[in-house]
Amino acid sequence: MSYDAPIKELGETHLLPEGTTRNDITETIAGVTENPAPRGWWLLFLLSVSVLGIMGAALAYLFTQGVGVWGNNAPVYWAWDITNFVWWIGIGHAGTLISAILFLFRQKWRTSINRFAEAMTVFAVLCAGLFPAIHTGRPWFDYYLFPIPNQMDMWPNFKSPLMWDVFAVSTYLTISVIFWYVGLIPDLATLRDRSKNLVRKRVYGFFALGWRGAHRHWQHYERAYLIFAGISTPLVLSVHSVVSFDFATSVVPGWHTTIFPPYFVAGAVFSGFALVMTLMLICRSIFKLHNIVTIKHLDLMNKFMLGVSLLVGYAYAMEFFIAWYSANPYEQWVFFHNRLGWGQLDSNGNWGPLWWAYYAMVFCNVVVPQIFWFKRARTSVPIMLIASVLINIGMWFERFVIIVTSTYQDFLPSSWGMFHPTLIDILTYLGTFGLFFTLFLLFVRWLPMIAIAEVKGNLPGAHPDLHALTAHDEEPDAAAVPVPAE
Amino acid sequence: MANQTKQPALYLAEYGTPNTIAKAAMKVRDAGYQKWDCHTPYAMHGMDEAMGLKPTRIGVISFIFGMLGLATAVFMMQYTNAFSFNLLNIGAGYPLVVGGKPPGAFPPMVPIIFELGILLCGLATLFGLLYIIKLPMHNHPIFESERFEAASDDRFFISIEAGDQKFDLERTKALLEATDPISLELIEEEVQ
Repeated sequence: MSYDAPIKELGETHLLPEGTTRNDITETIAGVTENPAPRGWWLLFLLSVSVLGIMGAALAYLFTQGVGVWGNNAPVYWAWDITNFVWWIGIGHAGTLISAILFLFRQKWRTSINRFAEAMTVFAVLCAGLFPAIHTGRPWFDYYLFPIPNQMDMWPNFKSPLMWDVFAVSTYLTISVIFWYVGLIPDLATLRDRSKNLVRKRVYGFFALGWRGAHRHWQHYERAYLIFAGISTPLVLSVHSVVSFDFATSVVPGWHTTIFPPYFVAGAVFSGFALVMTLMLICRSIFKLHNIVTIKHLDLMNKFMLGVSLLVGYAYAMEFFIAWYSANPYEQWVFFHNRLGWGQLDSNGNWGPLWWAYYAMVFCNVVVPQIFWFKRARTSVPIMLIASVLINIGMWFERFVIIVTSTYQDFLPSSWGMFHPTLIDILTYLGTFGLFFTLFLLFVRWLPMIAIAEVKGNLPGAHPDLHALTAHDEEPDAAAVPVPAE
Repeated sequence: MANQTKQPALYLAEYGTPNTIAKAAMKVRDAGYQKWDCHTPYAMHGMDEAMGLKPTRIGVISFIFGMLGLATAVFMMQYTNAFSFNLLNIGAGYPLVVGGKPPGAFPPMVPIIFELGILLCGLATLFGLLYIIKLPMHNHPIFESERFEAASDDRFFISIEAGDQKFDLERTKALLEATDPISLELIEEEVQ
């Protein structure tokens, strides 16, 4: 029993409570999709659908009027839309991190949260992809972004980081959906086998592809899963690196920096983890999953967030150091005046007007997570709920700070300007929450939100002990008999 | 059809614990069966050895298509951005000089080469997996068994198919009975 036994010397214990059976796990997780929805689900669902309606209205208005209904204008051409894009896609990264990177590192505690986080990835990337698509102004021409042969012999410019984004994000969405679906197949078979009525049996059965748990299938399946994890890991690092190239390859002060790729990836993982935490705490309490997502899982996630917050804090500090050390006046102006609000007054006699966004970002992303040094905070549900929401607010401000404070005042004072969001900006952003939560709530209601098969594999004694079995055999295996040396 | 007849499709033996099924699997393996399988609710480690399976080669498919993806990306970008000949009448490429770089500059093409490699590798792994394990297949005779529904919950099963060369109604039954199953049943399928 060496494979799944906790290491006693390190004080490890089993992840799931003693005495949990395979059937308990099936009942708890599959039960969510079979029992009537709790009232909390209906409340949240109606709310989300209403917010989704707001998004529809905001988009309809945008399409009929044009992007002028947003606050973006010279010199701030990218504002909330690209902030939201970067923020949403960052949220998605935690899903891939949990499902792929923690899988490669054999972190078995991931099995209680990975399905959940993968679904979050898919929906967050959908929300993210919406923003660049509508930011083009005429989204019905978005197909120009793909190298489709056409009568004008026009091709995309593949040297543009924005084109890299098109490929990175669409690949990311495709691979995330595949990874998620492949993980779902055995659990869909569980739902199919438990179905009492014909519609459920047919629908789940169709998507379960006739899975029969055969080991000859599991063998290839497991390797395929490993390959997905193996390709998703560099993919997730590349996607946010490519997003950061949109900024880093330009010459704009505050964007033109080599620290951006790792800085963006760390920030992405940070916000994604925080959102997984927020959603998990809510679902855990609505659907009573306390035995499967235990305080121990949450404790581990909090430790992880603390670690990433230190990475993000380091990146913030290093940006400032380089701005000061470079002695580049434009860079210093952006960092010290536009972001911190320090230094001389600008031409209108104002202090840097967006200083509060920078301080909000540092407070939420660097100061707040320090509370997780204390075990009492790491195991307290209200504290982690508040902290995780604050972290996501902070991460939104991070992107806002990067985009707006770098562009509203750059090289030429004559072309300085300011950005003010309009009502449509706000409603569009708000509306994507409707899209995200509507999809998410449908997911938790109709699909197994925790990887049933993977959690079962983590139970004590889930795997046969072949050595003990063969040792007790009277007739030893032919292959085990040592070959005499010639 | 009035005189539809049935023929045996497979034996299905049920077990309660990982160790009992692993022990039984080793017996079936040593008896020399080929068309048989273990059905478990989760991927059980050590069963490859207990069943005597060869290592999976799905990685070869992933690798080949991943490399194909890289090559496709290089070709696509060089064709469209660096040359101006018209292949198969899809439209000629248009050499672009951006930022003073030569039209076929390699460094800015790296991200897309990488992403396309990943994309093709991922798609090939998915479809390669489905091809190897012959899914979707919604009509397997094993689903005739009521008890088999527990295979996705908490029970373990061994099935030996009638198509196996060593399959024999009496001897196969005796072999499986000797492994102490919780239940043992013969699944039949209809002959058209």
